[in-house]
Parts: sequence; C-alpha cells; structure tokens
Amino acid sequence: MDRIPILKFGNALLVTIQVDMHDRLATALEEDLTSRIVSNNARGVLIDISALEVVDSFIGRMLDNIAAVSRILDADTVVVGMRPAVAITLVELGLSLTGVKTALNVERGMAMIHDRLAGSEADDADDED
Amino acid sequence: MPTTKTERLGIRISDDVVRVRQLTRTFALEVGLGLVDQTKVVTAASELARNTLDYGGGGDVTAEIVEQGGRRGVRLTFEDKGPGIADIEQALKDGFTSGKGMGLGLGGAKRLCNEFSIVSEPGLGTKVTIARWK
Repeated sequence: MDRIPILKFGNALLVTIQVDMHDRLATALEEDLTSRIVSNNARGVLIDISALEVVDSFIGRMLDNIAAVSRILDADTVVVGMRPAVAITLVELGLSLTGVKTALNVERGMAMIHDRLAGSEADDADDED
Repeated sequence: MPTTKTERLGIRISDDVVRVRQLTRTFALEVGLGLVDQTKVVTAASELARNTLDYGGGGDVTAEIVEQGGRRGVRLTFEDKGPGIADIEQALKDGFTSGKGMGLGLGGAKRLCNEFSIVSEPGLGTKVTIARWK
C-alpha cells in the first residue's frame, strides 16, 4: 500500500500531503506519524495540506486525532496551507478543527513550533536555577 | 428537468470514494461552478460516497449535469441496498453516528448543497440525491 512520506526536519516532522487520500491512506498516516513522533523524539509535527482540494469529515477527523495524540506525546501539531475554499467548506460542514493549531504557510508553522520549544527550553533553564 | 450528461460509478472500495470526488469535480467544472461551490459539492459527494460504502455496504452513484430554467447544475444520486435508515430525522442531526465517523456526513452534506433528498426503507436500502446549481 502507498504511504505518505514523513520527513525529519530538526526536531520536527514534516508531512506534505500531495495526493487525494483514500481513507486507509489517511489512517496509515495517522499511525505512522504517531510512531515516528516517539522514535524520532519529535517535538513538533507540521502538516502541509496546501495541495488538498478537499478536506472532508474523515480527513478532518484524522487531523484532529493527530493533533490530540501528538499533544499527549509532548509534540505540537500545526496544519499549514489550508485553501480558503476548503476552510469555508469545513466550517459549513460543521468541523471547525478546534483542537488543531493552524498557520498560513510552512515558515509560520515552523516558527510556531520553534517558539514553543524556545519557551519550554527557557522553562528548563529556570528549573536548573 | 433535462439531463445533458450522465455518468455512473460503482462504490465498492475506499479508492472509489476518491473516484467519486474526481468525477464530481469534473462535472462541477463543466457546469462552471465557482471554486467554493466546487469544493462544497465535492466534499458533500465524499461524505455521501463514504456513507454508501460504510453503512450501505457499497452501491453506486449517478452524476448528472442538469438544466432548469436556463440554470445548470450538478446532480448526484447515491444508491445502496444496505440496511437502510430507520429514523432519517435523527440521522440528519449533527453528532449522530452509528459507526466510526464524526456524525457530520448526512447533515453536513445537506448544508453543502442547494437540494437534498433522502429516501430510505429499513432492509431495502437508501437513496440520497443532492444538487448544486450555478
């Protein structure tokens, strides 16, 4: 079966979804990402959906699940690049992805992850004092 | 309502849901729907195709380009011979689910279209028709 590639980028994982995913592929991505967060000690997950023309309730739920699971595993998930028409449709569908952090593009998403890491490192430094 | 183009597609495996999205997109483009309307009808089609597969045990979709009073639109009819829906009103409510979904499929699809109708008979199957007009 096909798999969506997951790239390691510093202490973050980067996923660019470039195909129209069938449900099994979406579920496989959810499972792959979860195990990679642990095996790579990742602190952030960036999911680029700028190529996706449609996000239906199944893919929306996958994004929600990934965000929830990664939070429990101490990693931040940021979804980037959502198309305006997709955002309008998702809200009308009734799915506002309240548990998912979003950013307009990859640069800003990566900055969000780094900001959070810088914050937690500062906390660690405080603890040592 | 005259139909100018018709295509039929089976929905048996999860790849077919992707094919239904692609077919709907092609028809929506041909009708000249704007980008947001295209996205809405393709998303609605995706929800209904998944219902047909997951709850109806598979079935098929008929996509049509229809004309009425000088307007063109896309009409999709999803049919299955599954267990049917006993309480349609309840099934249309957000949050109602009998399976693994979020319960947004039917109600969500209805909101994303201009026309929506559902006929279901327990034990005989379900037929859902949606349309989006330019």
